[in-house]
Amino acid sequence: MSKILIVAEHDGAKLNVSTAKSVTCAAKIAGATIDVAVLAADAAAIAAEAAALAGVSKVLVVENAANKEPLAAILAPQIAKLAAGYTHVFGPSTTFGKDIMPRVAALLGVSQVSDIMAVDGSHTFKRPIYAGNAILTVEAPAGAPVVATVRVASFEAAAAGGSAAIEKVDPGAALPSHTRFVSRSGATTGRPDLQSAAKVVSGGRALGSAENFKLIYSLADKLGAAVGASRAAVDAGYVPNDLQVGQTGKIIAPQVYFAIGISGAIQHMTGIKDARTIVAINKDGEAPIFESADIGLVGDLFTIVPEFEKALG
Amino acid sequence: MRRIMVGVKRVVDYNVRVRVKPDNTGVITEGVKMSINPFDEIALEQALRIKEQGLADEVLAVSIGPSDTQQQLRTALAMGADRAILVQTDAAMAPLSLARIFQKIAEAEQPFLTLLGKQAIDDDNGQTAQMLAALLDRPQATSCSKIDIADGKATVTREVDSGLETLEVDLPAVLSVDLRLNEPRYVKLPDIMKAKKKPLDVKSVADYGVTEGAAFRTVKVDPPPSRQKGIIVKDVAELVGVLKQKGLV
Ligand SMILES: Cc1cc2nc3c(=O)[nH]c(=O)nc-3n(C[C@H](O)[C@H](O)[C@H](O)COP(=O)(O)OP(=O)(O)OC[C@H]3O[C@@H](n4cnc5c(N)ncnc54)[C@H](O)[C@@H]3O)c2cc1C
Repeated sequence: MSKILIVAEHDGAKLNVSTAKSVTCAAKIAGATIDVAVLAADAAAIAAEAAALAGVSKVLVVENAANKEPLAAILAPQIAKLAAGYTHVFGPSTTFGKDIMPRVAALLGVSQVSDIMAVDGSHTFKRPIYAGNAILTVEAPAGAPVVATVRVASFEAAAAGGSAAIEKVDPGAALPSHTRFVSRSGATTGRPDLQSAAKVVSGGRALGSAENFKLIYSLADKLGAAVGASRAAVDAGYVPNDLQVGQTGKIIAPQVYFAIGISGAIQHMTGIKDARTIVAINKDGEAPIFESADIGLVGDLFTIVPEFEKALG
Repeated sequence: MRRIMVGVKRVVDYNVRVRVKPDNTGVITEGVKMSINPFDEIALEQALRIKEQGLADEVLAVSIGPSDTQQQLRTALAMGADRAILVQTDAAMAPLSLARIFQKIAEAEQPFLTLLGKQAIDDDNGQTAQMLAALLDRPQATSCSKIDIADGKATVTREVDSGLETLEVDLPAVLSVDLRLNEPRYVKLPDIMKAKKKPLDVKSVADYGVTEGAAFRTVKVDPPPSRQKGIIVKDVAELVGVLKQKGLV
Protein backbone atom coordinates (compact mmCIF):
# COMPACT_ATOMS: atom_id res chain seq x y z
CA MET A 1 0.00 0.00 0.00
CA SER A 2 1.31 3.40 -0.94
CA LYS A 3 1.35 6.08 1.73
CA ILE A 4 2.11 9.42 0.15
CA LEU A 5 3.16 12.64 1.85
CA ILE A 6 2.77 15.83 -0.20
CA VAL A 7 4.75 18.91 0.73
CA ALA A 8 2.42 21.89 0.49
CA GLU A 9 3.54 25.04 -1.31
CA HIS A 10 2.14 28.33 -0.03
CA ASP A 11 2.98 32.01 0.26
CA GLY A 12 2.50 32.23 4.01
CA ALA A 13 -1.22 32.90 3.72
CA LYS A 14 -2.68 30.78 0.93
CA LEU A 15 -2.08 27.37 -0.56
CA ASN A 16 -0.52 27.38 -4.04
CA VAL A 17 -2.55 25.51 -6.68
CA SER A 18 0.57 23.34 -7.26
CA THR A 19 -0.39 21.45 -4.11
CA ALA A 20 -3.82 20.47 -5.46
CA LYS A 21 -2.14 19.34 -8.69
CA SER A 22 0.36 17.23 -6.76
CA VAL A 23 -2.59 15.60 -4.96
CA THR A 24 -4.09 14.64 -8.34
CA CYS A 25 -0.78 13.08 -9.38
CA ALA A 26 -0.59 11.11 -6.12
CA ALA A 27 -4.18 9.94 -6.53
CA LYS A 28 -3.17 8.22 -9.78
CA ILE A 29 -1.39 5.64 -7.65
CA ALA A 30 -4.02 3.00 -7.00
CA GLY A 31 -5.11 2.67 -3.39
CA ALA A 32 -2.81 5.40 -2.11
CA THR A 33 -3.38 7.20 1.18
CA ILE A 34 -2.54 10.88 0.71
CA ASP A 35 -1.44 13.22 3.49
CA VAL A 36 -0.31 16.82 3.10
CA ALA A 37 2.40 18.50 5.18
CA VAL A 38 2.06 22.24 5.80
CA LEU A 39 5.19 23.86 7.21
CA ALA A 40 4.56 27.51 8.02
CA ALA A 41 4.86 30.19 10.67
CA ASP A 42 1.10 30.61 10.79
CA ALA A 43 -0.53 27.57 9.24
CA ALA A 44 -4.23 27.63 10.16
CA ALA A 45 -5.69 29.07 6.93
CA ILE A 46 -3.33 27.08 4.69
CA ALA A 47 -4.03 23.83 6.52
CA ALA A 48 -7.77 24.41 6.22
CA GLU A 49 -7.40 24.82 2.43
CA ALA A 50 -5.32 21.62 2.21
CA ALA A 51 -7.84 19.72 4.35
CA ALA A 52 -10.59 20.67 1.90
CA LEU A 53 -8.85 19.02 -1.07
CA ALA A 54 -10.67 15.90 -2.22
CA GLY A 55 -8.61 12.77 -1.65
CA VAL A 56 -6.52 14.06 1.26
CA SER A 57 -6.70 11.92 4.43
CA LYS A 58 -4.74 14.01 6.88
CA VAL A 59 -2.96 17.35 7.04
CA LEU A 60 0.20 17.45 9.13
CA VAL A 61 0.92 20.95 10.43
CA VAL A 62 4.35 22.09 11.56
CA GLU A 63 4.08 25.61 12.93
CA ASN A 64 7.38 27.29 13.64
CA ALA A 65 8.57 30.89 13.20
CA ALA A 66 11.59 29.42 11.35
CA ASN A 67 9.20 28.17 8.63
CA LYS A 68 8.06 31.67 7.66
CA GLU A 69 10.10 31.63 4.44
CA PRO A 70 10.60 28.50 2.33
CA LEU A 71 14.32 27.89 2.94
CA ALA A 72 15.44 24.45 1.78
CA ALA A 73 18.08 24.07 4.49
CA ILE A 74 15.40 24.69 7.16
CA LEU A 75 12.47 22.80 5.64
CA ALA A 76 14.25 19.72 4.28
CA PRO A 77 15.37 18.22 7.62
CA GLN A 78 11.82 18.60 9.00
CA ILE A 79 10.27 17.00 5.91
CA ALA A 80 12.79 14.15 6.06
CA LYS A 81 11.67 13.43 9.65
CA LEU A 82 7.98 13.62 8.69
CA ALA A 83 8.67 11.17 5.84
CA ALA A 84 9.12 8.25 8.26
CA GLY A 85 6.43 5.68 7.52
CA TYR A 86 5.63 7.07 4.07
CA THR A 87 6.41 5.19 0.86
CA HIS A 88 6.40 8.37 -1.27
CA VAL A 89 7.15 12.05 -0.68
CA PHE A 90 5.96 14.39 -3.44
CA GLY A 91 6.45 18.11 -3.99
CA PRO A 92 5.53 20.32 -6.93
CA SER A 93 8.07 20.90 -9.69
CA THR A 94 7.93 24.65 -9.16
CA THR A 95 10.93 26.69 -8.03
CA PHE A 96 9.77 25.87 -4.46
CA GLY A 97 9.77 22.09 -4.92
CA LYS A 98 12.81 22.02 -7.21
CA ASP A 99 14.79 23.73 -4.45
CA ILE A 100 13.61 21.65 -1.50
CA MET A 101 12.83 18.12 -2.69
CA PRO A 102 16.33 17.01 -3.82
CA ARG A 103 17.62 18.08 -0.40
CA VAL A 104 14.92 15.91 1.19
CA ALA A 105 15.86 13.03 -1.11
CA ALA A 106 19.54 13.24 -0.14
CA LEU A 107 18.63 13.23 3.55
CA LEU A 108 16.56 10.10 2.92
CA GLY A 109 19.44 8.51 0.98
CA VAL A 110 17.72 8.28 -2.42
CA SER A 111 17.82 10.03 -5.78
CA GLN A 112 14.74 11.95 -6.86
CA VAL A 113 12.28 11.31 -9.68
CA SER A 114 12.10 14.79 -11.21
CA ASP A 115 9.05 16.19 -13.04
CA ILE A 116 6.56 13.30 -13.02
CA MET A 117 4.25 13.84 -16.00
CA ALA A 118 2.40 10.52 -15.82
CA VAL A 119 2.00 7.70 -13.31
CA ASP A 120 2.26 4.15 -14.72
CA GLY A 121 2.31 2.39 -11.35
CA SER A 122 3.29 2.94 -7.73
CA HIS A 123 6.98 3.00 -8.67
CA THR A 124 6.84 3.63 -12.43
CA PHE A 125 6.67 7.14 -13.79
CA LYS A 126 7.06 9.11 -17.00
CA ARG A 127 9.21 12.22 -17.03
CA PRO A 128 10.54 14.53 -19.74
CA ILE A 129 14.25 14.63 -20.55
CA TYR A 130 16.22 16.67 -23.12
CA ALA A 131 13.87 19.64 -22.73
CA GLY A 132 10.90 17.39 -23.43
CA ASN A 133 12.32 15.98 -26.66
CA ALA A 134 12.19 12.52 -25.13
CA ILE A 135 9.94 10.95 -22.53
CA LEU A 136 11.64 8.60 -20.09
CA THR A 137 9.75 5.89 -18.23
CA VAL A 138 11.58 4.95 -15.03
CA GLU A 139 10.99 2.39 -12.35
CA ALA A 140 12.14 3.28 -8.85
CA PRO A 141 13.14 0.40 -6.58
CA ALA A 142 10.50 -0.94 -4.21
CA GLY A 143 11.66 -0.86 -0.63
CA ALA A 144 13.16 2.64 -0.75
CA PRO A 145 11.17 5.85 -0.36
CA VAL A 146 10.19 7.52 -3.63
CA VAL A 147 10.97 11.23 -3.50
CA ALA A 148 9.59 13.06 -6.52
CA THR A 149 8.56 16.38 -7.97
CA VAL A 150 5.34 16.66 -9.94
CA ARG A 151 5.22 18.51 -13.26
CA VAL A 152 2.19 20.61 -12.40
CA ALA A 153 1.23 21.38 -16.01
CA SER A 154 0.47 17.67 -16.49
CA PHE A 155 -2.26 17.44 -13.83
CA GLU A 156 -5.55 19.17 -13.09
CA ALA A 157 -6.03 20.56 -9.59
CA ALA A 158 -7.81 18.24 -7.16
CA ALA A 159 -11.32 19.48 -6.45
CA ALA A 160 -12.44 20.87 -3.13
CA GLY A 161 -14.94 18.94 -1.07
CA GLY A 162 -12.68 16.94 1.24
CA SER A 163 -12.60 17.21 5.01
CA ALA A 164 -9.29 15.80 6.17
CA ALA A 165 -8.20 15.75 9.78
CA ILE A 166 -5.67 18.40 10.76
CA GLU A 167 -2.94 17.28 13.13
CA LYS A 168 -0.19 19.41 14.68
CA VAL A 169 3.16 17.66 14.73
CA ASP A 170 6.69 18.42 15.86
CA PRO A 171 9.23 16.69 13.64
CA GLY A 172 12.01 17.46 16.14
CA ALA A 173 14.67 18.26 13.55
CA ALA A 174 17.72 20.38 14.36
CA LEU A 175 17.52 23.54 12.22
CA PRO A 176 20.61 25.34 10.93
CA SER A 177 21.17 29.12 11.14
CA HIS A 178 23.54 29.34 8.16
CA THR A 179 20.87 30.41 5.66
CA ARG A 180 18.90 33.64 6.08
CA PHE A 181 16.07 35.15 4.08
CA VAL A 182 16.68 38.77 3.05
CA SER A 183 13.91 39.85 0.70
CA ARG A 184 11.60 38.91 -2.13
CA SER A 185 10.51 41.13 -4.98
CA GLY A 186 7.81 40.23 -7.40
CA ALA A 187 5.22 42.11 -9.27
CA THR A 188 1.63 41.74 -8.16
CA THR A 189 0.18 42.77 -11.48
CA GLY A 190 -3.52 42.25 -11.01
CA ARG A 191 -3.36 40.10 -14.14
CA PRO A 192 -4.15 36.37 -14.18
CA ASP A 193 -1.37 34.14 -12.86
CA LEU A 194 0.82 32.85 -15.67
CA GLN A 195 0.99 29.31 -14.28
CA SER A 196 -2.73 28.76 -13.98
CA ALA A 197 -4.24 31.11 -16.59
CA ALA A 198 -6.53 29.71 -19.29
CA LYS A 199 -5.18 32.22 -21.81
CA VAL A 200 -1.61 33.45 -22.17
CA VAL A 201 -0.19 36.09 -24.49
CA SER A 202 3.60 35.95 -24.84
CA GLY A 203 5.99 38.31 -26.57
CA GLY A 204 9.50 37.69 -27.82
CA ARG A 205 12.63 39.51 -28.87
CA ALA A 206 10.74 41.04 -31.80
CA LEU A 207 8.99 43.49 -29.45
CA GLY A 208 12.28 45.38 -29.29
CA SER A 209 11.69 47.33 -26.07
CA ALA A 210 9.86 47.44 -22.76
CA GLU A 211 7.83 50.30 -24.23
CA ASN A 212 6.68 48.20 -27.18
CA PHE A 213 5.83 45.31 -24.86
CA LYS A 214 2.79 47.39 -23.85
CA LEU A 215 1.22 46.01 -27.04
CA ILE A 216 1.33 42.56 -25.46
CA TYR A 217 -0.04 43.74 -22.11
CA SER A 218 -2.83 45.58 -23.83
CA LEU A 219 -3.87 42.56 -25.92
CA ALA A 220 -3.64 40.33 -22.84
CA ASP A 221 -5.91 42.65 -20.87
CA LYS A 222 -8.40 42.65 -23.69
CA LEU A 223 -8.43 38.82 -23.68
CA GLY A 224 -8.31 38.49 -19.90
CA ALA A 225 -5.02 36.64 -20.39
CA ALA A 226 -1.80 36.32 -18.44
CA VAL A 227 1.40 37.72 -19.96
CA GLY A 228 4.43 35.60 -20.75
CA ALA A 229 7.70 36.08 -22.60
CA SER A 230 10.59 34.30 -24.27
CA ARG A 231 13.98 34.19 -22.63
CA ALA A 232 15.28 36.67 -25.19
CA ALA A 233 12.65 39.23 -24.12
CA VAL A 234 13.53 38.71 -20.45
CA ASP A 235 17.28 38.85 -21.06
CA ALA A 236 16.85 42.09 -23.00
CA GLY A 237 15.06 43.56 -19.99
CA TYR A 238 11.66 44.11 -21.63
CA VAL A 239 9.90 42.18 -18.84
CA PRO A 240 10.82 40.64 -15.45
CA ASN A 241 12.16 37.08 -15.14
CA ASP A 242 8.99 35.62 -13.65
CA LEU A 243 7.29 35.96 -17.05
CA GLN A 244 9.70 33.57 -18.81
CA VAL A 245 8.10 30.53 -20.38
CA GLY A 246 10.19 27.49 -21.25
CA GLN A 247 12.72 24.94 -20.11
CA THR A 248 14.24 27.36 -17.63
CA GLY A 249 11.12 29.39 -17.02
CA LYS A 250 7.56 28.29 -16.43
CA ILE A 251 5.96 25.16 -17.86
CA ILE A 252 2.35 26.04 -18.57
CA ALA A 253 -0.77 24.39 -19.99
CA PRO A 254 -3.25 27.11 -20.97
CA GLN A 255 -6.29 26.59 -23.20
CA VAL A 256 -4.79 29.01 -25.68
CA TYR A 257 -1.26 30.39 -26.03
CA PHE A 258 -0.40 33.33 -28.27
CA ALA A 259 3.28 33.40 -29.29
CA ILE A 260 3.97 36.83 -30.76
CA GLY A 261 7.35 37.58 -32.29
CA ILE A 262 8.75 34.36 -30.83
CA SER A 263 10.77 32.06 -33.11
CA GLY A 264 9.87 28.79 -31.36
CA ALA A 265 13.23 27.53 -30.04
CA ILE A 266 13.02 24.05 -28.46
CA GLN A 267 13.72 25.53 -25.04
CA HIS A 268 10.70 27.80 -25.41
CA MET A 269 8.42 25.10 -26.82
CA THR A 270 9.19 22.88 -23.80
CA GLY A 271 7.18 25.32 -21.73
CA ILE A 272 4.02 25.11 -23.85
CA LYS A 273 3.87 21.48 -24.98
CA ASP A 274 0.62 21.03 -23.07
CA ALA A 275 -1.07 24.19 -24.33
CA ARG A 276 -4.38 23.17 -25.92
CA THR A 277 -4.15 25.64 -28.84
CA ILE A 278 -1.03 27.51 -29.93
CA VAL A 279 -1.45 30.66 -32.02
CA ALA A 280 1.69 32.08 -33.64
CA ILE A 281 2.15 35.54 -35.09
CA ASN A 282 5.50 35.93 -36.81
CA LYS A 283 6.71 37.82 -39.85
CA ASP A 284 8.93 34.92 -40.93
CA GLY A 285 6.82 32.20 -42.52
CA GLU A 286 9.72 29.78 -42.04
CA ALA A 287 9.97 30.34 -38.28
CA PRO A 288 10.02 27.00 -36.37
CA ILE A 289 7.06 28.13 -34.26
CA PHE A 290 4.79 27.41 -37.22
CA GLU A 291 5.71 23.70 -37.01
CA SER A 292 3.93 23.46 -33.66
CA ALA A 293 1.31 26.16 -33.98
CA ASP A 294 -2.34 25.19 -34.41
CA ILE A 295 -3.10 28.56 -35.96
CA GLY A 296 -0.45 30.67 -37.66
CA LEU A 297 -0.56 34.19 -39.04
CA VAL A 298 2.42 35.45 -41.02
CA GLY A 299 3.01 39.18 -40.79
CA ASP A 300 4.30 42.16 -38.84
CA LEU A 301 3.17 42.05 -35.23
CA PHE A 302 3.23 45.85 -35.01
CA THR A 303 0.32 46.03 -37.43
CA ILE A 304 -1.36 42.71 -36.57
CA VAL A 305 -1.56 43.05 -32.79
CA PRO A 306 -3.37 46.43 -32.72
CA GLU A 307 -5.66 45.23 -35.49
CA PHE A 308 -6.38 42.00 -33.60
CA GLU A 309 -7.16 43.89 -30.41
CA LYS A 310 -9.53 46.18 -32.31
CA ALA A 311 -11.24 43.23 -33.99
CA LEU A 312 -11.99 41.74 -30.57
CA GLY A 313 -14.30 44.69 -30.02
CA MET B 1 44.17 28.43 -0.55
CA ARG B 2 40.78 30.00 -1.27
CA ARG B 3 39.31 27.50 -3.70
CA ILE B 4 36.13 27.39 -5.78
CA MET B 5 34.89 24.03 -7.06
CA VAL B 6 32.84 24.00 -10.26
CA GLY B 7 30.91 21.09 -11.76
CA VAL B 8 31.25 20.60 -15.52
CA LYS B 9 29.04 18.10 -17.31
CA ARG B 10 29.47 16.91 -20.90
CA VAL B 11 26.07 17.00 -22.61
CA VAL B 12 24.55 16.99 -26.08
CA ASP B 13 24.90 20.57 -27.35
CA TYR B 14 21.77 22.65 -26.78
CA ASN B 15 21.39 23.34 -30.51
CA VAL B 16 21.09 19.66 -31.40
CA ARG B 17 17.62 18.36 -32.12
CA VAL B 18 17.65 15.22 -30.02
CA ARG B 19 16.15 12.02 -31.46
CA VAL B 20 15.01 8.89 -29.67
CA LYS B 21 16.65 5.59 -30.72
CA PRO B 22 14.39 3.31 -32.74
CA ASP B 23 14.66 0.59 -30.07
CA ASN B 24 13.44 3.04 -27.38
CA THR B 25 16.45 2.48 -25.11
CA GLY B 26 17.67 6.07 -25.11
CA VAL B 27 18.48 8.99 -27.39
CA ILE B 28 20.95 9.02 -30.26
CA THR B 29 24.26 10.46 -29.09
CA GLU B 30 26.57 8.94 -31.73
CA GLY B 31 28.02 11.58 -34.02
CA VAL B 32 26.25 14.35 -32.15
CA LYS B 33 27.98 17.57 -31.06
CA MET B 34 28.84 17.54 -27.36
CA SER B 35 29.46 20.60 -25.19
CA ILE B 36 29.74 21.81 -21.63
CA ASN B 37 26.27 21.99 -20.10
CA PRO B 38 25.33 25.69 -20.62
CA PHE B 39 24.49 26.19 -16.95
CA ASP B 40 27.88 24.77 -15.93
CA GLU B 41 29.63 27.13 -18.30
CA ILE B 42 27.92 29.99 -16.47
CA ALA B 43 28.99 28.52 -13.12
CA LEU B 44 32.58 28.36 -14.35
CA GLU B 45 32.45 31.92 -15.69
CA GLN B 46 31.22 33.13 -12.29
CA ALA B 47 34.03 31.31 -10.50
CA LEU B 48 36.57 32.92 -12.82
CA ARG B 49 35.10 36.38 -12.19
CA ILE B 50 35.22 35.86 -8.43
CA LYS B 51 38.88 34.86 -8.76
CA GLU B 52 39.59 37.86 -10.98
CA GLN B 53 38.09 40.11 -8.28
CA GLY B 54 40.80 38.77 -5.98
CA LEU B 55 38.33 36.83 -3.84
CA ALA B 56 39.62 33.35 -4.71
CA ASP B 57 43.00 31.79 -5.52
CA GLU B 58 42.06 28.70 -7.47
CA VAL B 59 39.24 27.38 -9.61
CA LEU B 60 38.91 23.59 -9.69
CA ALA B 61 36.74 22.06 -12.43
CA VAL B 62 35.30 18.62 -11.68
CA SER B 63 33.48 16.30 -14.03
CA ILE B 64 32.09 12.81 -13.75
CA GLY B 65 31.70 11.10 -17.11
CA PRO B 66 33.32 9.15 -19.95
CA SER B 67 36.94 9.68 -21.03
CA ASP B 68 35.87 12.03 -23.83
CA THR B 69 34.85 14.47 -21.10
CA GLN B 70 38.52 15.47 -21.12
CA GLN B 71 37.57 17.68 -24.10
CA GLN B 72 35.10 19.67 -22.01
CA LEU B 73 37.54 19.87 -19.10
CA ARG B 74 40.25 21.16 -21.48
CA THR B 75 37.78 23.82 -22.57
CA ALA B 76 37.16 24.67 -18.91
CA LEU B 77 40.92 24.96 -18.37
CA ALA B 78 41.20 27.13 -21.47
CA MET B 79 38.47 29.39 -20.11
CA GLY B 80 40.64 29.86 -17.03
CA ALA B 81 40.13 27.02 -14.54
CA ASP B 82 43.44 26.21 -12.81
CA ARG B 83 43.10 22.45 -12.62
CA ALA B 84 40.61 19.71 -13.30
CA ILE B 85 39.55 16.32 -11.99
CA LEU B 86 37.80 13.79 -14.21
CA VAL B 87 36.07 11.00 -12.34
CA GLN B 88 35.94 8.66 -15.28
CA THR B 89 33.01 6.32 -15.83
CA ASP B 90 30.96 5.06 -18.75
CA ALA B 91 28.07 4.18 -16.45
CA ALA B 92 24.91 6.19 -16.00
CA MET B 93 25.17 7.65 -12.51
CA ALA B 94 22.47 8.33 -9.92
CA PRO B 95 22.26 12.00 -8.91
CA LEU B 96 22.87 10.99 -5.29
CA SER B 97 26.06 9.15 -6.32
CA LEU B 98 27.27 12.24 -8.15
CA ALA B 99 26.59 14.32 -5.05
CA ARG B 100 28.53 11.79 -2.94
CA ILE B 101 31.55 12.05 -5.24
CA PHE B 102 31.40 15.86 -5.10
CA GLN B 103 31.11 15.55 -1.31
CA LYS B 104 34.29 13.47 -1.10
CA ILE B 105 36.14 15.90 -3.33
CA ALA B 106 34.86 18.86 -1.30
CA GLU B 107 36.04 17.24 1.91
CA ALA B 108 39.52 16.80 0.44
CA GLU B 109 39.76 20.14 -1.39
CA GLN B 110 37.83 22.31 1.09
CA PRO B 111 36.37 24.82 -1.39
CA PHE B 112 34.74 27.85 0.25
CA LEU B 113 32.30 27.89 -2.63
CA THR B 114 30.89 25.22 -4.94
CA LEU B 115 29.12 26.37 -8.10
CA LEU B 116 27.01 23.98 -10.17
CA GLY B 117 24.51 24.45 -12.97
CA LYS B 118 20.88 24.46 -11.86
CA GLN B 119 20.24 21.50 -14.15
CA ALA B 120 21.91 19.51 -16.89
CA ILE B 121 20.10 19.87 -20.19
CA ASP B 122 20.25 16.13 -20.95
CA ASP B 123 18.52 14.40 -18.04
CA ASP B 124 17.01 17.65 -16.68
CA ASN B 125 17.24 16.28 -13.14
CA GLY B 126 18.22 19.42 -11.24
CA GLN B 127 19.30 17.59 -8.10
CA THR B 128 23.06 17.53 -7.63
CA ALA B 129 23.62 20.93 -6.00
CA GLN B 130 20.85 20.53 -3.43
CA MET B 131 21.98 16.98 -2.62
CA LEU B 132 25.60 18.05 -2.20
CA ALA B 133 24.53 20.85 0.15
CA ALA B 134 22.50 18.34 2.17
CA LEU B 135 25.37 15.83 2.40
CA LEU B 136 27.81 18.55 3.45
CA ASP B 137 25.21 20.03 5.82
CA ARG B 138 25.91 23.43 4.27
CA PRO B 139 23.73 26.23 2.84
CA GLN B 140 22.32 26.03 -0.65
CA ALA B 141 20.85 28.55 -3.03
CA THR B 142 19.44 27.38 -6.35
CA SER B 143 18.85 29.28 -9.63
CA CYS B 144 21.13 32.18 -8.69
CA SER B 145 21.12 35.18 -11.02
CA LYS B 146 23.40 37.32 -8.81
CA ILE B 147 26.15 36.32 -6.38
CA ASP B 148 28.11 38.69 -4.11
CA ILE B 149 30.88 37.35 -1.90
CA ALA B 150 32.01 39.34 1.16
CA ASP B 151 32.98 38.74 4.79
CA GLY B 152 32.63 34.97 4.72
CA LYS B 153 29.12 35.23 3.33
CA ALA B 154 27.41 35.10 -0.03
CA THR B 155 24.45 37.32 -0.80
CA VAL B 156 22.57 35.74 -3.66
CA THR B 157 19.54 36.58 -5.76
CA ARG B 158 17.48 33.59 -6.88
CA GLU B 159 15.04 33.42 -9.76
CA VAL B 160 11.80 32.06 -8.30
CA ASP B 161 8.29 31.69 -9.75
CA SER B 162 7.07 34.82 -7.98
CA GLY B 163 10.03 37.00 -9.01
CA LEU B 164 13.38 37.37 -7.27
CA GLU B 165 14.44 36.23 -3.82
CA THR B 166 17.53 37.35 -1.95
CA LEU B 167 19.23 35.11 0.60
CA GLU B 168 22.32 35.48 2.73
CA VAL B 169 24.29 32.28 3.31
CA ASP B 170 27.38 31.55 5.36
CA LEU B 171 30.33 30.11 3.46
CA PRO B 172 31.18 27.43 2.54
CA ALA B 173 28.03 27.05 0.49
CA VAL B 174 26.77 25.27 -2.60
CA LEU B 175 25.10 27.46 -5.22
CA SER B 176 23.39 26.48 -8.45
CA VAL B 177 23.32 29.06 -11.20
CA ASP B 178 20.75 30.29 -13.70
CA LEU B 179 21.22 31.67 -17.20
CA ARG B 180 21.05 35.37 -16.39
CA LEU B 181 23.97 35.27 -13.94
CA ASN B 182 26.51 36.14 -16.63
CA GLU B 183 27.58 35.59 -20.22
CA PRO B 184 30.48 33.15 -20.45
CA ARG B 185 33.66 34.31 -22.18
CA TYR B 186 34.90 32.90 -25.46
CA VAL B 187 37.99 30.75 -25.41
CA LYS B 188 41.00 32.22 -27.22
CA LEU B 189 43.45 30.07 -29.17
CA PRO B 190 46.54 30.83 -27.02
CA ASP B 191 44.53 29.81 -23.95
CA ILE B 192 43.79 26.45 -25.55
CA MET B 193 47.55 25.91 -25.95
CA LYS B 194 48.20 26.96 -22.34
CA ALA B 195 45.40 24.72 -21.08
CA LYS B 196 47.24 21.65 -22.40
CA LYS B 197 49.84 22.13 -19.64
CA LYS B 198 47.36 22.54 -16.81
CA PRO B 199 46.84 19.56 -14.48
CA LEU B 200 43.96 17.19 -15.25
CA ASP B 201 43.72 14.25 -12.83
CA VAL B 202 41.80 11.16 -13.87
CA LYS B 203 40.15 9.20 -11.07
CA SER B 204 37.65 6.38 -10.85
CA VAL B 205 34.27 6.27 -9.15
CA ALA B 206 35.64 3.59 -6.82
CA ASP B 207 38.34 6.03 -5.64
CA TYR B 208 35.55 7.84 -3.81
CA GLY B 209 33.91 4.74 -2.39
CA VAL B 210 30.85 5.19 -4.58
CA THR B 211 29.24 2.50 -6.75
CA GLU B 212 28.44 3.00 -10.42
CA GLY B 213 24.94 2.80 -11.81
CA ALA B 214 21.71 4.65 -12.33
CA ALA B 215 19.17 5.28 -9.58
CA PHE B 216 16.24 3.91 -11.52
CA ARG B 217 15.64 1.25 -14.12
CA THR B 218 14.95 2.71 -17.55
CA VAL B 219 11.79 1.03 -18.79
CA LYS B 220 11.82 2.85 -22.12
CA VAL B 221 12.39 6.16 -23.86
CA ASP B 222 9.71 7.48 -26.21
CA PRO B 223 9.55 10.45 -28.53
CA PRO B 224 7.12 13.10 -27.26
CA PRO B 225 3.60 13.04 -28.71
CA SER B 226 3.66 15.19 -31.82
CA ARG B 227 1.19 17.98 -32.36
CA GLN B 228 -1.13 17.89 -35.33
CA LYS B 229 -0.17 20.15 -38.18
CA GLY B 230 -1.98 23.46 -37.82
CA ILE B 231 -3.48 25.91 -40.24
CA ILE B 232 -2.22 29.23 -41.58
CA VAL B 233 -4.79 32.01 -41.61
CA LYS B 234 -4.45 34.85 -44.11
CA ASP B 235 -5.45 37.81 -41.96
CA VAL B 236 -6.73 39.05 -38.62
CA ALA B 237 -10.38 38.64 -39.61
CA GLU B 238 -9.86 34.95 -40.33
CA LEU B 239 -7.85 34.53 -37.11
CA VAL B 240 -10.64 36.01 -35.04
CA GLY B 241 -13.16 33.83 -36.90
CA VAL B 242 -11.27 30.61 -36.14
CA LEU B 243 -10.72 31.57 -32.51
CA LYS B 244 -14.42 32.40 -32.06
CA GLN B 245 -15.39 29.09 -33.64
CA LYS B 246 -13.19 27.28 -31.11
CA GLY B 247 -14.67 29.36 -28.30
CA LEU B 248 -11.27 30.79 -27.41
CA VAL B 249 -12.13 34.49 -27.55
C1 LIG C 1 20.02 26.15 -21.66
C2 LIG C 1 19.07 27.06 -22.35
C3 LIG C 1 17.82 27.29 -21.78
C4 LIG C 1 16.91 28.14 -22.39
N1 LIG C 1 15.69 28.32 -21.81
C5 LIG C 1 14.77 29.09 -22.43
C6 LIG C 1 13.46 29.28 -21.88
O1 LIG C 1 13.14 28.79 -20.80
N2 LIG C 1 12.57 30.02 -22.57
C7 LIG C 1 12.87 30.62 -23.77
O2 LIG C 1 12.00 31.29 -24.35
N3 LIG C 1 14.10 30.49 -24.29
C8 LIG C 1 15.06 29.74 -23.65
N4 LIG C 1 16.31 29.64 -24.19
C9 LIG C 1 16.65 30.49 -25.35
C10 LIG C 1 16.16 29.95 -26.68
O3 LIG C 1 17.13 29.06 -27.21
C11 LIG C 1 15.96 31.13 -27.68
O4 LIG C 1 17.17 31.84 -27.80
C12 LIG C 1 14.86 32.11 -27.28
O5 LIG C 1 13.68 31.42 -26.95
C13 LIG C 1 14.60 33.07 -28.42
O6 LIG C 1 13.64 34.03 -28.04
P1 LIG C 1 12.74 34.72 -29.15
O7 LIG C 1 11.96 33.70 -29.87
O8 LIG C 1 11.99 35.82 -28.48
O9 LIG C 1 13.82 35.44 -30.08
P2 LIG C 1 14.29 35.08 -31.56
O10 LIG C 1 14.69 33.69 -31.69
O11 LIG C 1 15.24 36.15 -31.93
O12 LIG C 1 12.96 35.24 -32.41
C14 LIG C 1 12.34 36.44 -32.70
C15 LIG C 1 11.24 36.12 -33.70
O13 LIG C 1 10.49 37.31 -33.94
C16 LIG C 1 10.17 37.37 -35.33
N5 LIG C 1 9.96 38.79 -35.64
C17 LIG C 1 10.88 39.79 -35.69
N6 LIG C 1 10.28 40.97 -35.95
C18 LIG C 1 8.95 40.71 -36.07
C19 LIG C 1 7.83 41.52 -36.33
N7 LIG C 1 7.92 42.84 -36.52
N8 LIG C 1 6.62 40.92 -36.40
C20 LIG C 1 6.48 39.57 -36.22
N9 LIG C 1 7.53 38.76 -35.95
C21 LIG C 1 8.74 39.33 -35.88
C22 LIG C 1 11.35 36.77 -36.03
O14 LIG C 1 10.95 36.26 -37.30
C23 LIG C 1 11.76 35.65 -35.06
O15 LIG C 1 11.12 34.43 -35.39
C24 LIG C 1 17.24 28.81 -23.59
C25 LIG C 1 18.50 28.59 -24.15
C26 LIG C 1 19.41 27.74 -23.55
C27 LIG C 1 20.74 27.54 -24.16
